[in-house]
Amino acid sequence: MPSYVITEKCDGCKAQDKTACQYICPNDLMALDRDLMKAYNQETEQCWECYNCVKICPQQAVEVRAYQDFAPLGANVIPMRGTDSIMWTVKFRNGSLKRYKFPIRLTAEGAWTADSIFAGLPEPNFDDLKKSGFFNGPAKAE
Amino acid sequence: MEKETCTFSFCQKPEVVVVEADLLLIGGGMACCGAAYEAARYATPKGLKIVMVDKASTDRSGAVAMGLSAINTYVGENKVADYVKYVRGDLMGIIREDLVADLGAHVDNSVHLFEEWGLPIWKKGDDGFSLDGFQARDEGKALLKDGGTPVRSGKWQIMINGESYKVIVGEAAKAALEYNRKATGMDQNLYERVFCVKAYKDANEPNRIAAVAGFSVRENKIYIFKGKAIINAAGGAVNCFRPRSIAEGQGRAWYPVWNSGSGYALGLQVGAELTMMENRFVPARFKDGYGPVGAWFLFFKAQARNAAGEDYCTGENFEASKKLYSPYVEKLGTCLRNHMMMMDMKAGKGPIWMNTHHAMDAISKTFVEKFGEKDAQKKIKHLEAEAWEDFLDMAIGQAGLWASKNIEPDKTPSEIMPTEPYLLGSHAGCAGFWVSGPGTIPGAPKEWFWGYNRMSTVKGLFMAGDVVGASGHKFSSGSHAEGRICAKSAIALILDEPNFKPVIKETADEISAELYLPFEVYEKYKTFSTDPFTNPYYIRPKMLQARMQKIADEYFGGCATWYMTSKTMLDEGLKLLGMLKEDANKMAASNLHELLRCWENYHRILSVEAHARHILFREETRYPGYYYRGDFLAINDAEWKCFVNSTYDAATDTWNFKKVPYVELFA
Repeated sequence: MPSYVITEKCDGCKAQDKTACQYICPNDLMALDRDLMKAYNQETEQCWECYNCVKICPQQAVEVRAYQDFAPLGANVIPMRGTDSIMWTVKFRNGSLKRYKFPIRLTAEGAWTADSIFAGLPEPNFDDLKKSGFFNGPAKAE
Repeated sequence: MEKETCTFSFCQKPEVVVVEADLLLIGGGMACCGAAYEAARYATPKGLKIVMVDKASTDRSGAVAMGLSAINTYVGENKVADYVKYVRGDLMGIIREDLVADLGAHVDNSVHLFEEWGLPIWKKGDDGFSLDGFQARDEGKALLKDGGTPVRSGKWQIMINGESYKVIVGEAAKAALEYNRKATGMDQNLYERVFCVKAYKDANEPNRIAAVAGFSVRENKIYIFKGKAIINAAGGAVNCFRPRSIAEGQGRAWYPVWNSGSGYALGLQVGAELTMMENRFVPARFKDGYGPVGAWFLFFKAQARNAAGEDYCTGENFEASKKLYSPYVEKLGTCLRNHMMMMDMKAGKGPIWMNTHHAMDAISKTFVEKFGEKDAQKKIKHLEAEAWEDFLDMAIGQAGLWASKNIEPDKTPSEIMPTEPYLLGSHAGCAGFWVSGPGTIPGAPKEWFWGYNRMSTVKGLFMAGDVVGASGHKFSSGSHAEGRICAKSAIALILDEPNFKPVIKETADEISAELYLPFEVYEKYKTFSTDPFTNPYYIRPKMLQARMQKIADEYFGGCATWYMTSKTMLDEGLKLLGMLKEDANKMAASNLHELLRCWENYHRILSVEAHARHILFREETRYPGYYYRGDFLAINDAEWKCFVNSTYDAATDTWNFKKVPYVELFA
């Protein structure tokens, strides 16, 4: 299901140096048309439908349309990703709807920083560098 | 044909940036995130600089970019020895048991960290039913490290709310890198959107790694990253074979479409020894959408049946398979289930159905008996949500496909089918490099340990995740732990040899000319024809991929031949692949995105060549259901229960093969 960008909604993330979808796409698919100031998926047959562009778009301008080489038309799957959970709306071809909400994380986004990441954890023991185990604990004995 | 060279007569010369690191991490997925975390703790007090290079954005890069619904390796209450035996069984008897045991002993530590960092892990409720991450927290359930009970979907798997799995693990890795950056005074130590093309050996010390070169996919900049030790975790290889989907659906690969064989290509080009590259994975998944089946089989107890409702792993299929594949078929390993499924498919007994509706029906009956109608309905609804979450966390397209086809799993079964082949070493496959073991596992041959755990046969070049051979079933958690193992031993090497300074003989100009050749070729010839897509002087990356996929599919045992190949077929395919490799000198790119695709596809070509040559060397059918040698259709333990190792010499374009004895460490 390649992603597509709704013309009306996309503002090209004009307030930023690059669009959110360009920033996040793991496969370098999202591009910005500088004349129109609209984003688009430049290589739809390489889209994994990971939905990261859909989830990150501040305008909710990105959606996904099912791969037409095997999927019939008419359905869609829309996420609303919040700070600690995600809401999904699944619309079937026959019009029926399902809605689900799932947790996504138990810590606040950005909670881990250079200052907090190792705070309170054991100091590394360099005598153990070539032995089993990690700096924060031994390997499982059996 | 005349060779093309880049003299920057036609394309713009890029800026070259040289970055000097102590420890260099290639990749940004689970393995390198693990490496960054562990390395930062050891490197920082010693003033060692860590640099990580990711071709995407670390928040959402690598195989876990979309999310996952389960962590597939958590040893927990089980024994490491049993983990080793399970991995060996699934991988048809040939694994490096020292590596697998070492992994099993370390993996839980990473899972505990994930939970600490905020990953919601399901817990078992007091009534025996599952609690999601929020419910478990609200009910005060203990963390795994404090004895909390996870929800197992199989002996080794635990269920999670994993939509943000990679975001969380990436955030911790970035924080660790920042911790190291601040202390060592670097301006930058995380390079995102930089694609690594080639590794280089040291100019002074033979067989030692010194640098990796890559280019920015955002600006005209080439990077030469030097490292005293380098961890390669650049992933497995997807879409080397023609996929079953024919148009835009080919992006819906089962494994991430951006895994382009870079991990294999970077290592093999500097002569790192490979092992078990003949291995592949052909998962049986929900047809077309490639959604996960594990939870359906293990958690919901669904059964897969042929169109007549028969179990294809019994009766005539089973008896016929025993003749060729005993005693393996009796254990019903994953490849042999594929094998018997395909026996029915070839006999026209398909489609093969995952009977989700029967499974839901059975569960609902049990619930009604146990809890009464009203409570049962509530519990069934919860279960239905769990089934959808399984897709929405990690294969959203499958949810879309069900919606497109009006499939409700409690009412309608879904078709399953074996996919196109994949090359990888962290999931249920074991294609990769031959690396040093930990040296701590009793009974391991002394040749399996050369001083630094997970170091390849090239000094200073470490491997983690998908590119470690003969050690599958690590999955996301195991890859993270393996990155950490690598980080420790890489730091040990750097500290052992403080005077080593990596130097390469290749100049910045030579490297730029090589990496930017596809630009030069395109600019030189693009106006020859009126349509720059059709031009006799070059090949665009899309067509390079198409030719590779067609060769692999038709000659190396892809879907087209029901995974069948033979010496004669492999020989012919390799001849054609050789010409494609020559044509790679005429790859053409009109922009940075296409330059990325050119080199990714070149990496795929090298990966699939290694795969084909390994299949050619191993004269038996070790993985029936994944591929077949028609000229050696049986498993031949007497001659082939051994590793197959190879090295590639880039200077002469030649391969060397050998058998390496398998040693069982866990009886």
